[in-house]
Amino acid sequence: MHISEGILPARWAIMWFAVSAPFLFLGLRELQFKGQQNLNIKPMVGLVGAAVFIISCMPIPVPTAGSCSHPCGTGIAAIFIGPLLTVVVTSVALVLQALFLAHGGLTTLGADLASMGVAGAFAGFGVFILVRRLTGRWWIAAFLAGLLSDWATYTVTSLQLAAALHGSASFGKFFLTVLLAFVPTQVPLGIVEGFLCVGAYRFILTRRPELLQTLAGQVHL
Amino acid sequence: MRIALIGGLIVSLALGMYVGLRISESKWTGVDESVIEKFAAEANRPPQEPLINIERGDLPLLLFLLAGAAGGFTAGYYFRGLFPPKDKG
Repeated sequence: MHISEGILPARWAIMWFAVSAPFLFLGLRELQFKGQQNLNIKPMVGLVGAAVFIISCMPIPVPTAGSCSHPCGTGIAAIFIGPLLTVVVTSVALVLQALFLAHGGLTTLGADLASMGVAGAFAGFGVFILVRRLTGRWWIAAFLAGLLSDWATYTVTSLQLAAALHGSASFGKFFLTVLLAFVPTQVPLGIVEGFLCVGAYRFILTRRPELLQTLAGQVHL
Repeated sequence: MRIALIGGLIVSLALGMYVGLRISESKWTGVDESVIEKFAAEANRPPQEPLINIERGDLPLLLFLLAGAAGGFTAGYYFRGLFPPKDKG
């Protein structure tokens, strides 16, 4: 979902920066506020940030599609540290990837942050809370959070590309064409991300369940 | 037992990759290139050169290795603090 440098016209690039900026601002404020209240939050943010950075630049071959893609890790991150802090760690990961790994771009940073950081994190977080409350089973909630955060990210990327590049073609048709092109790789990878999320959640639940209570509060009750 | 298991995993992985890459004609390009850049090129918005272009010889290998090492070290450092070994925790 990394949109490379120069693909988006300036007005769209600026628009996506404007969309992402408030979330980043609120995330930074939350980091400062929570960091003073809870000593575990900064190490957890560091751990989750490093994980998002690694996961989101790790190309995984998908044999059914004959291509590679990467999971996002923002669904897992949002469950553990909340969606706003996930936006902060994603912004750091995307800046480093754009600068040093030619992965994404600086002009498209706002768009990439909106898809992976904002949409991925809020979709994962929302799905986790909803499914947890509806079913009471953490593993279903964690699986769907991982799966749908990945798919939400790529859906927003399709939307961004369609909005900026559809030209004289129909927006809806262009959007569906791009979205369908992602399907062969992202359907299996979304499922992998779902299992990854279940594994990570189970690990913390087994080793230090109190972390889940103190980090994201009522989400895990 | 553990050494045999790790050895078995390495051999299986190597064999799987050897066979898989022999029989597959896929180019294994990333979706960033095969989907995003393809549609962008068709819409006359091909990607521009990145600010820091790392596509020179083995430079991408070095930078991805450094990124993996730095990310792994950071994750490990905080992991150790949050999840100390059971005898110390």
